[in-house]
Amino acid sequence: MGERKTVLQVKDLQTTFFTDSGEIPAVDHIDFHVKEGEILGIVGESGCGKSVTSLSIMGLVPKPPGKIVGGEILFEDKDLLKMTERQMRRIRGNDIAMIFQEPMTSLNPLFTIGNQMTEAILIHEKGWSKKKAVNRAVELLELVGLPRAAEMMRDYPHQLSGGMRQRVMIAMALVCDPKVLIADEPTTALDVTIQAQILKLMRDLNTRLDTAVLLITHDLGVVAETCERVIVMYAGQIIEEAPVKKIFEDPQHPYTKGLIQSIPDMRYKKERLYSIPGNVPKPGSIKQGCRFAARCEFAFDRCQKENPALYETSDVHDTRCFLYDKEGVEMNDNKTLVKS
Amino acid sequence: MTTKPLLKVENLKKYFPVKKGLLGKTVGYVKAVDDVSFYVNEGETLGIVGESGCGKSTTGRMLMRLLEPTEGKVEFDGKDLTSLTSEEMRKTRRDIQMVFQDPYASLNPRHTIEKILEEPLVVHGIDNSKERKKKVREFLEIVGLSAYHAKRYPHQFSGGQRQRIGIARALMTNPKLIIADEPVSALDVSIQSQVLNLMQDLQKDFNLTYIFIAHDLGVVRHISDRVGVMYLGKMVEIAESEQLYAQPLHPYTKALLSAVPVPDPNHQKEQILLEGDIPNPANPPSGCTFHTRCPAKMDICMKAIPKLFEQYSGHSVACHLYSELSGNDIKQMEGSL
Ligand SMILES: Nc1ncnc2c1ncn2[C@@H]1O[C@H](COP(=O)(O)OP(=O)(O)OP(=O)(O)O)[C@@H](O)[C@H]1O
Ligand SMILES: Nc1ncnc2c1ncn2[C@@H]1O[C@H](COP(=O)(O)OP(=O)(O)OP(=O)(O)O)[C@@H](O)[C@H]1O
Ligand SMILES: [Mg+2]
Ligand SMILES: [Mg+2]
Repeated sequence: MGERKTVLQVKDLQTTFFTDSGEIPAVDHIDFHVKEGEILGIVGESGCGKSVTSLSIMGLVPKPPGKIVGGEILFEDKDLLKMTERQMRRIRGNDIAMIFQEPMTSLNPLFTIGNQMTEAILIHEKGWSKKKAVNRAVELLELVGLPRAAEMMRDYPHQLSGGMRQRVMIAMALVCDPKVLIADEPTTALDVTIQAQILKLMRDLNTRLDTAVLLITHDLGVVAETCERVIVMYAGQIIEEAPVKKIFEDPQHPYTKGLIQSIPDMRYKKERLYSIPGNVPKPGSIKQGCRFAARCEFAFDRCQKENPALYETSDVHDTRCFLYDKEGVEMNDNKTLVKS
Repeated sequence: MTTKPLLKVENLKKYFPVKKGLLGKTVGYVKAVDDVSFYVNEGETLGIVGESGCGKSTTGRMLMRLLEPTEGKVEFDGKDLTSLTSEEMRKTRRDIQMVFQDPYASLNPRHTIEKILEEPLVVHGIDNSKERKKKVREFLEIVGLSAYHAKRYPHQFSGGQRQRIGIARALMTNPKLIIADEPVSALDVSIQSQVLNLMQDLQKDFNLTYIFIAHDLGVVRHISDRVGVMYLGKMVEIAESEQLYAQPLHPYTKALLSAVPVPDPNHQKEQILLEGDIPNPANPPSGCTFHTRCPAKMDICMKAIPKLFEQYSGHSVACHLYSELSGNDIKQMEGSL
């Protein structure tokens, strides 16, 4: 495989919500990149900032109370954070598409599916006739495996099942052949046979058009089967990054280990499932030390006092844990290399 | 454990009219739920799985009479719910609660979490204001959120946090039956375990009964005593959970189990791919509605609707492969499937 171009690079991103009850640093100094034709998985604790990261990339963080307080988001070397709303709209219509976690947040309950689909198509394909757009819409609905696609154009969102709405969202994201597709929990409401079909569709898009895919999911089975590389997030930070095989064969961060241990096994029934003890800290509440320390069975003195950096444990594997500070090079949050 | 059915559903149907044209003339019906019967024993968990759009949520909503059934009977705790007046039904809802599939759509965006969680208690006149507020905080902690979340609004939470608010709301009135529609789909596996363990603990402590609708077959296996599989508005197989996973009978169940993603990048999967178009519930295929995609289709499947039939004790299936055959014949056919 030749060297692939980086299409999207997130540098030191910080997104904070300023609420009456204080600041919530939802995304706290995050660095990562995606290459063309790559499927990057993002997993992590519920509430750790995965969706806010995606919304930051799309320029859709609700403000107020949200604000991107630092960092850069480079798409094909241009900083999205410096663009005007108008330029961003063009990017969203043509280059970066997103499948939202909850379909009802982005489908308008007052308009039919047909209305919303054709409108999205006409924004992208200026000069198309209404009829051509309608045909394209039906084609896309069929592509995502929806039955009675033509009739469904007349339905309102509430007339569809959860999984049908989710597929309408996916169809909308495919309207433009995007260079980057952000899929936030795209298959949670789908049964496994349709899930397999949708994941195949994403892989096809990914190989056919070299689309870079950011796949956010809690389903580690989906990650194992679909992603090349995986990022694990905890409390607003990236705590581990590695190729997919490494994440499952050699999970390093205690949080990642706990996650993998928590998966219910299909083959036999356990009396009780493993879960990581304790709860996620209130965002911003931990001022000192590792954010996972209070829940970590390996925690020692240093973990309570210092904030661990992301240590490079091999040339493809990074882990934010002092257990891995012994050898190799240390990386600080700006990804500049520091000899330890 | 007692084995008294708490809920008995007989021949339940929901047909949604399909309208066309400016005058909205009814030109047909979406048979969302089409002649479904099952029971749930007190203190047990019935899992329901099936294709997206096969009628799981519609079934759940009819059990609470949030949707009126087109036909059929729902017997809960000895009462026929379909014959209750709306006032009687309102009272009964204290005992039947639902965790809704789309948390965003089911939480009032203008109310704080405290108000949302308190509401079912207010509606049913339970506790005074101070006790209610205390309970709200207690239940927030139980589902892994914190007391400081009480004053926030739904949009200030992540998807998984909202889902837990939905679970907390269903628990507030101390119901007998909880219909949980995809209650853990937006949670990471650790919090998912925490919630599932909690649901099991509550079940033991309060003898709760669950109907657990989900797409994650690993989760369903873990939590359920029995599992029902639906396809296009019908129950096509139902059995004890161990039995269903060890020896699925219906070809759709087999395809479903083979498609489960495995959390191991080195695993080589042998997936049964379902060919053929996904049928239109407004115009379902003749005979067995699965025949258009079934790898084991026979002539009779296009003509006759298979009846749900008890193949082994406690294991029923609606499929022509089995209806007239003995257990031995089945073992032989399994080899060739
Ligand atoms: N509009 C908002 N106002 C205040 N806080 C918010 C808002 N939106 C999100 N947050 C907070 O930001 C944090 C990150 O939320 P985010 O939605 O990114 O989580 P997530 O990783 O996508 O979780 P999940 O897996 O549950 O979807 C959470 O603590 C959440 O409460
Ligand atoms: N209010 C409604 N009006 C018309 N049709 C409806 C309505 N609600 C549901 N339907 C139709 O009924 C069928 C079953 O929907 P239901 O929501 O019960 O499916 P489900 O099994 O819960 O699917 P999912 O797994 O995707 O949530 C679908 O074809 C859907 O389009
Ligand atoms: Mg999210
Ligand atoms: Mg549903």
